[in-house]
Amino acid sequence: MTGSSALPAEPTIAPLLSADDVGRVVDRIAHQLIEKAGPDLGGLVLVGIPTRGAPLARRLATRIETFSGIRVDVGTVDITLYRDDLRLRGVRALEDTRLPEAGIDGRLVVLVDDVLFSGRSVRAALDALRDLGRPRAVQLAVLVDRGHRELPIRADYVGKNVPTSRSQSVKVRLAEVDGRDEVTVEDQA
Amino acid sequence: MSMLIKGAKPYGEDAVDLLVEDGRIAAIGDELTVPGADVVQAAGLVALPGLVDLHTHLREPGREDAETVETGSRAAALGGYTAVHAMANTDPVADTAGVVEQVWRLGQQAGLVDVVPVGAVTVGLRGERLAELGAMADSAARVRVFSDDGHCVADPALMRRALEYVKALDGVVAQHAEEPRLTVGAQMNEGDRSARLGLTGWPAAAEEAVIARDVLLAGHVGARLHVCHVSTAGSVEILRWAKSRGVQVTAEVTPHHLLLTDECAESYDPVFKVNPPLRTEADVQALRAGLADGTIDAVATDHAPHAVEDKESEWASARPGMLGLEQALAVVVQTMVEPGLLDWRGVAERMSVAPAAIGRLESHGRPLAVGEPANLLLLDPAHRAPVDPAALASRSRNSPYAGRELPGRVVATFLRGTATVLDGKATR
Amino acid sequence: MKRHLLEAGDLDRDDATLVLDTAAQIESALAGREVKKLPTLRGRTVVNLFFEDSTRTRISFELAAKRLSADVINFSAKGSSVSKGESLKDTALTLEAMGSDAIVVRHGASGAPHRLAQWVQGSVVNAGDGTHEHPTQALLDAYTIRQRLGRLDGVRVVVVGDVLHSRVARSNVWLLATLGAEVTLVAPPTLLPVGVGSWPVQVSYDLDAVLPKADVVMMLRVQAERMNASFFPSAREYSRRYGLDGRRMGALPDDAIVMHPGPMNRGMEIAAEVADSARSTIVDQVGNGVSVRMAVLYLLLGGAPDSE
Repeated sequence: MTGSSALPAEPTIAPLLSADDVGRVVDRIAHQLIEKAGPDLGGLVLVGIPTRGAPLARRLATRIETFSGIRVDVGTVDITLYRDDLRLRGVRALEDTRLPEAGIDGRLVVLVDDVLFSGRSVRAALDALRDLGRPRAVQLAVLVDRGHRELPIRADYVGKNVPTSRSQSVKVRLAEVDGRDEVTVEDQA
Repeated sequence: MSMLIKGAKPYGEDAVDLLVEDGRIAAIGDELTVPGADVVQAAGLVALPGLVDLHTHLREPGREDAETVETGSRAAALGGYTAVHAMANTDPVADTAGVVEQVWRLGQQAGLVDVVPVGAVTVGLRGERLAELGAMADSAARVRVFSDDGHCVADPALMRRALEYVKALDGVVAQHAEEPRLTVGAQMNEGDRSARLGLTGWPAAAEEAVIARDVLLAGHVGARLHVCHVSTAGSVEILRWAKSRGVQVTAEVTPHHLLLTDECAESYDPVFKVNPPLRTEADVQALRAGLADGTIDAVATDHAPHAVEDKESEWASARPGMLGLEQALAVVVQTMVEPGLLDWRGVAERMSVAPAAIGRLESHGRPLAVGEPANLLLLDPAHRAPVDPAALASRSRNSPYAGRELPGRVVATFLRGTATVLDGKATR
Repeated sequence: MKRHLLEAGDLDRDDATLVLDTAAQIESALAGREVKKLPTLRGRTVVNLFFEDSTRTRISFELAAKRLSADVINFSAKGSSVSKGESLKDTALTLEAMGSDAIVVRHGASGAPHRLAQWVQGSVVNAGDGTHEHPTQALLDAYTIRQRLGRLDGVRVVVVGDVLHSRVARSNVWLLATLGAEVTLVAPPTLLPVGVGSWPVQVSYDLDAVLPKADVVMMLRVQAERMNASFFPSAREYSRRYGLDGRRMGALPDDAIVMHPGPMNRGMEIAAEVADSARSTIVDQVGNGVSVRMAVLYLLLGGAPDSE
């Protein structure tokens, strides 16, 4: 990892969430998960949606173990091959799909993503999960909910609700992928 | 009826006026004035003797959907030709006096060029026994060139007999030099490209071996041999050697072998499939040098029209051959004149004088001089335009030059003093 | 990626690596699943246009397309009136008028897929053309090598047999060169094309001399009929000089693998004990073929129609 001076210049926009904010939000979601899952916590599976949902899921698992002493399973599910907008977006490289050894059948699965927007990614993830097994229940955790849903989907755990206009874009940066933690709202050119 | 051609440059030399009367050149001079004569303005145009093609496929009889004697004659006139030799591989094959006379008559009816039939060497082009060469020679068609073109007279004993026999007819055997056992299934020049493209190779040696054999036979029996569509550097070397030994051998090269290489096959577009195949750049350079120094005597088109369905296919099932009559002179200008390998007198020699002599045509290939038959063409050497296959007079569209810009445009052609082409358009 | 996959040369190193990576992701995404199906190409139509019999290749493409939820039409032109070129064009235009998005074509004439690509709007995938190329076979071979050996760069691959008539050999030569492998062709000189000197390969006539330095030995099918055209004197002599038997396999380095694109002539170019040995990847190759072809179809068809 390079120092911040090596990062390319970014537009000088005050971040919506700073690195510290991101840490606090992740901790809060971890606490909520522990609380709501109760005795089921050990059977819970955190499944991240690549790209940034995957490291978020791993962070949540780490914090849950720190707070509760219980180790939860983590997986990823790449949704590229399930998207309904391939024709619009063009092909992209696939990312990992990895489920825990024990699988997801009969378990509580919490999908983890960075931004909830139209809901189409979540729909694709639900379709993918259906082909991968039969969970007891599926919940959704997101770092940011920016509204503008196009499908009847809501998150069970939200780090921060952010009212945005459609012309804006919400950028989530995570250290594992981008070299630092930060969430910004930017006007699209 | 007289016609005055004003300001033309015979052989690209000083501009003069030419007076044509009764099918002959009646006068040549500066500022001629002839009351009542039709005037053709030819300032800036090069005048050359009408071209003679030793190698044209007119497809009639048999494949009138691809070309007829009439459409082929029109294409020839537009290319500046006043005589073409019509190859024998028609259906039925031109292996009897009846068929050659039919083709000859069709040519007379079309009246755009003198159509000179070539007679088959062997019955049905099958390479088994001689056709009635004497009967064809004695017919109204006066056949002097005999060829199984499309097929090689592969049997050496039969080839020897053919060479000997036509001596009595003042004839010549025009050999399609291709050792058939070396070209089974062959699709393109054998080399780097055929290896990569997965197309069965046609080795240069298959041509060169037959030429070497035939020049030895021709020398041995003292007969005339003509080699069709020479395509390799090795063939040029063998011909040069044979001529140095005094063998009576002549040879032709096609326009496409002077310009195109096997790189064209990369597209797998069969418009570039031809037999013999397009060769390498080194072969092209050797052919140009051979044509320049006279080792190769003539340019002959091997004009080979094919119907769309015979070309719009995968490479292997397409028929070989490409159009040539209408672009032959342009290709020679580009490959020989512009680089300085031939001057205009050289072009006249290679495209008119020599082929007429090989075919024993008395009224063609004559100089632009008073008293000579008025078979001539006027060329605008400055004109440049891309080739549009849809605009060709040929009934077929398989031009390998489609979209390619070539120099020179035949503005007018005269056959025995009558215009067959004026303003770049056929008169009939 | 280009719109078509006509020959290995259509893939640069990044493209080829993307295909292999995508195939690996698809394979891991489907591993152990009950439902071996993805919705990716729902509503797309893939036509398998086969002018030659090849049950294995056709089934592999069919399975690949179906696992991506594409509609699949199998059009076997062999034995029907369709045999010549005019019909190739007519057939292609007819299929496209029916709404095909991709044509997977197997044809006995080299370059037939190139011609198709000049006539149709959709994607064309070459599933083997004459003696030219068979690019998806080369991709699955490269995938198999990478799976077994963990790399392609610098891997020493020996291709043995009828290179002259082999589309598999041609595709492998170009693809493996693109991916940084070192290829040596071994064959009697009669079964190497004139012009092989221009290929990015080494050539040897001596199998025993190259085996000790090989990481991969790829055996090509050799048809015994070739001896009738004097490409070699007899099947026995061919087998003795160029066949891979147990003794020769013993000369290979410990980690070396043995490949064959199939169908095999056991006892001719490859001995049964070799084909069935632990070094043999022949079964892996078949399975990998489906993943690689899924990757190709996804990459060609998954994107926007005009995103070349």
